[in-house]
Amino acid sequence: MALFADLSTPIVMGILLGGLYAVIALGLSLVFGVVKEMNVAHGDLVILGSYFGYAGMTIVGIDPILSLIIGMPILFGLGFAIQKYLLNRAFRISMDATLMMAFGISIITQNTCQLVWTPFPRGLTTPYALKSFNIGPMRFPLVYLLDFIVAIAVMLFLRELLRRTYLGMAIRAAAQDRKAAHLMGINTDQVFALTFAIALAFAAIAGVFLGLTFPFTPISGMPFLIIALGVVVLGGLGSIVGTFIGGIAFGLAQTLGGHFFGVAAQMLVAYTMVLVVLAVIPRGIFGR
Amino acid sequence: MGEHRRGMSEEILLRMSHVDALHGSFQALWDISLSVKPREIVAIIGANGSGKSTLLDTISGLVHPAKGNIELEGKNISALEPYQIVDLGISQVPEGRRIFPDLSVLENLKIGSYNRKARSERAENLQKVYHLFPILEERQAQLGKTLSGGEQQMLALGRGLMSDPKLILLDEISLGLAPLIVNELYRVLKEIREKGITILFVEQNVRRSLIEAERAYILEAGRVVLNGNVAELREEERVKKAYFGA
Repeated sequence: MALFADLSTPIVMGILLGGLYAVIALGLSLVFGVVKEMNVAHGDLVILGSYFGYAGMTIVGIDPILSLIIGMPILFGLGFAIQKYLLNRAFRISMDATLMMAFGISIITQNTCQLVWTPFPRGLTTPYALKSFNIGPMRFPLVYLLDFIVAIAVMLFLRELLRRTYLGMAIRAAAQDRKAAHLMGINTDQVFALTFAIALAFAAIAGVFLGLTFPFTPISGMPFLIIALGVVVLGGLGSIVGTFIGGIAFGLAQTLGGHFFGVAAQMLVAYTMVLVVLAVIPRGIFGR
Repeated sequence: MGEHRRGMSEEILLRMSHVDALHGSFQALWDISLSVKPREIVAIIGANGSGKSTLLDTISGLVHPAKGNIELEGKNISALEPYQIVDLGISQVPEGRRIFPDLSVLENLKIGSYNRKARSERAENLQKVYHLFPILEERQAQLGKTLSGGEQQMLALGRGLMSDPKLILLDEISLGLAPLIVNELYRVLKEIREKGITILFVEQNVRRSLIEAERAYILEAGRVVLNGNVAELREEERVKKAYFGA
């Protein structure tokens, strides 16, 4: 029974790790739900956020979390420009054109990171990143707890933004019926650019907390994009709370899979669960 | 929904001159010329696929004319984007209502006043819409998709009025609704016109159009084949033959 006796460790780890996955997936889910674009560059842009944290730490000498004061506005602006000048125009050609464009952005981002920061693995090593906390006899890395708290904060912020602000209402309207939104006098190009900008501001946050948790290289974006896709499928496209729950489900599948079948099989277990959910409830747990 | 005072009665609010428009690669409108005077109720009549909806979409800026001009109060609006046209005072209630299903009734109405000018008048216009359709106030917290068909049409019309339009374009508002509800909608339209709003509507129900409107344009395969006062059109042989089976 030893296999089941210490289940509490993988369960707590899975939930906390799921928080990080949710933060990473939130921007992807928002853009897919509203603009109906599959932003395959999302993972790379998250990693760009990790490098901004790294630059803040190594060049300016500030804490990576504090460096978000600079990183978030930069990625917000970059996101606005990408949607406004590239993706909105590509969309007028076809859906496929936006996908190709996003692939291009992915490659450019990877190569830029490689040129500027070299392909060597980096990490956001801060004093608190190495600390741990106890629940009873179990010890967990402190950053995992930070990831989870940030996930809840970011999710609630986005939910309230969409619910309570006029911009949020316009974003929801444009997501539900593009033509009707046009007729209501909503400049949908502008609304989509702001949506993409918000998604990338969240990517900046995701990047920093990813960097605090794991080492990263310029090509780390792709595996995290795949994880984020799994999270979004689990939770239901475009649902904010669903993305959070999906993140936790994915994290749990990974850690429990590792516990029962060995670390080599943990991702296999997680993606098998994604496939099963996709087959049984194609709209995801919180999908409409 | 403010009073829009006009000078001479000869003044033209909306004028389309020789407009061609494409629907995808298919030419849906051919050499359309029409005009609407302030405070008029004008109908566009035609069968399915005759270009009625494309005509309204061209005025709203969703489709840009391939040829010809559209003017609002003498200003060329042919190249403007939909949100700019709403700003200038043209609102459209689209076919199939297209209310936002997962927004509440109140949010649907608020979105109607998204343009900058209408935002400052929102509270006032909301009261006017609630006065026209008291049921919307009762249901303001419900999601749009939970309303009945008739209520959804009232919401779509109310939402269209929230942008404080000079001209409102209505696409098939009676489609699929019970006659009693249709009567109620047309009664409200008269009330709206009394407030100074000009109405251009598209309707498949020819009988109804030739009663509710003052003038009408008849479209066939994307061209205006007849136009005039409804009293004259009702007596027109071609209209009788085609639409009244006489």
